[in-house]
Amino acid sequence: MREYFHSVRVVPERCIGRMACLKVCPTEAIRVRHGKAEILEDRCIDCGECARACRHSAIIPQTSSFTEFSEFKYTVGLVSPVLYGQFRKDVLPSTILAGVRKIGFDDACDVACASEAVSAAIDEYLARYRGPLPLLSPFCPTIVRLIQARYPSLIDLLIPIDSPMEIAARDVRNKKMKELGLKWNEIGVIYLTPCPAKMVAIKYPHRKRTSHIDGAIAISDIYRPLLSAVSEMINNAPETEESVKGLGLGWPVLGGQVSALRAESSLAVGGLGDVERILEEIERGKLGDIQFVECHACAQGCCGGSLTVGDPYVTRGTILSLVARLGKVPCQDREKIRELFQKRYFSLPGKISSRPFAPLDKDIGKAIEKRKQIQETHEALPQINCGACGAPTCLSFAEDVVLERAPIEDCVVLTARQARTAANAPPGLATIGRC
Amino acid sequence: MPSEPLFWQRFDICGRDFVGAGKASITIKGILREIGVSSSLIRRAAIASYEAEMNVVLYATKGTMELKVTPKDIRVMVEDEGPGIPDIELAMREGYSTASDEIREMGFGAGMGLSNIKKNADDFIIRSLVGKGTTLEITFRL
Repeated sequence: MREYFHSVRVVPERCIGRMACLKVCPTEAIRVRHGKAEILEDRCIDCGECARACRHSAIIPQTSSFTEFSEFKYTVGLVSPVLYGQFRKDVLPSTILAGVRKIGFDDACDVACASEAVSAAIDEYLARYRGPLPLLSPFCPTIVRLIQARYPSLIDLLIPIDSPMEIAARDVRNKKMKELGLKWNEIGVIYLTPCPAKMVAIKYPHRKRTSHIDGAIAISDIYRPLLSAVSEMINNAPETEESVKGLGLGWPVLGGQVSALRAESSLAVGGLGDVERILEEIERGKLGDIQFVECHACAQGCCGGSLTVGDPYVTRGTILSLVARLGKVPCQDREKIRELFQKRYFSLPGKISSRPFAPLDKDIGKAIEKRKQIQETHEALPQINCGACGAPTCLSFAEDVVLERAPIEDCVVLTARQARTAANAPPGLATIGRC
Repeated sequence: MPSEPLFWQRFDICGRDFVGAGKASITIKGILREIGVSSSLIRRAAIASYEAEMNVVLYATKGTMELKVTPKDIRVMVEDEGPGIPDIELAMREGYSTASDEIREMGFGAGMGLSNIKKNADDFIIRSLVGKGTTLEITFRL
């Protein structure tokens, strides 16, 4: 089986086993063994919560650094509108784009405008769609991975429209090839990303195709030089007329996708717990009166991405004020979008496949036996979910014991109880729980 | 002869407990996923057990839900202490409901519960005694 590329990686030399990551993982993919965190690869859905929780920078995002792109003749920084929210609200997007050019990219390309185009394409899709509802937004890579793993019956509800970053990358590359007479592979399109999950979407797209993007740099990694470049420009140059406009500017805030649509009934959900609750409802056949559900792994939408620098609430405020000032003027011609939509300009061939977590055993009889053993082991455990064994819950520890990933002696409560019994009873009578 | 593999778990359900409502069927879904049941069957079992669980929460005082999994079938058995159903045939009809306004305001009680269970199950047995309670036996074949 192919190994999955993941958005984060543990640096064992930095990990001191404080287990902050252990409990925040929504899929219980982390174990701490011999004092070091490990990620169970096939369980990880790239949400980045562990990296956010670690105070020792022992879990780091797998993004790129600028030097990796030196082989390209021409580089374009692809700017997520999240970046606009990382500055004071009077700093205009065009100034920030100019700043991106100043810190070393040959050009900077805004993604907000592509977001508006994608919103219009979704409107077209919704208007023609006659299947079961609600449809789901496919733009948060972590949510797509969650659906592939836990809600495979909902895969067909993911709207088969490409993400704004891919559309923008394809457009800007084609434009630059024409303008500069460069070949495809001579242009490096690099996404300035608010979260590590986008890196996975670039390296391993959900569908069988290659990304139009060559790599991703964390917003937090370029922020310092960019801030100096932007401050210098604000002090020295008069404001130019703003070129970035439209409702796509609002995409990074929770509800931004919904407010750029014409759909009458839609819903925006942020945070993995809440998203799972809504997905459960949808899987039960409820919420059929809603057309579109925008889902984000992060509670505040992409504003709350783990590779941003600003406070998510402040970023939200800044973005909303940009939308109030610049959102009303559309940057796209609806008629043209309709034509492009009909030519399948926004759609992707192929299907998103399900990728369930591996069952306990390939043989169903053995899997049932193992689940039974897990249950019995769990009943013997203290069920206080202390995490001292290095598994996040007693149930996940029971699974580790049955699957021979951990010895039962790793449960400190049981071991202490056993030692106490051994001290008070004749040798040979001590047992561990009811196992 | 060795006995066939069997997984068994029981869940307690409290009537009117809207905070805990749905937890048993979500747990059942997780267990079936771990065992490696196909996703379409998981979905059917999840819908049926959710409807059964909600019936206990909405109408009964308390109840239990039991899950039994063998390599041949999945069985969900629900037993409650509650008002019981006087006319089962009528209650099985789509849209028939005895739900109070309060329940309807919460978005439940559309009269689809029992028919939804039947639609998703391979086998469905329902017994009820007025004033005592109701038992359901829902079977899915693997």
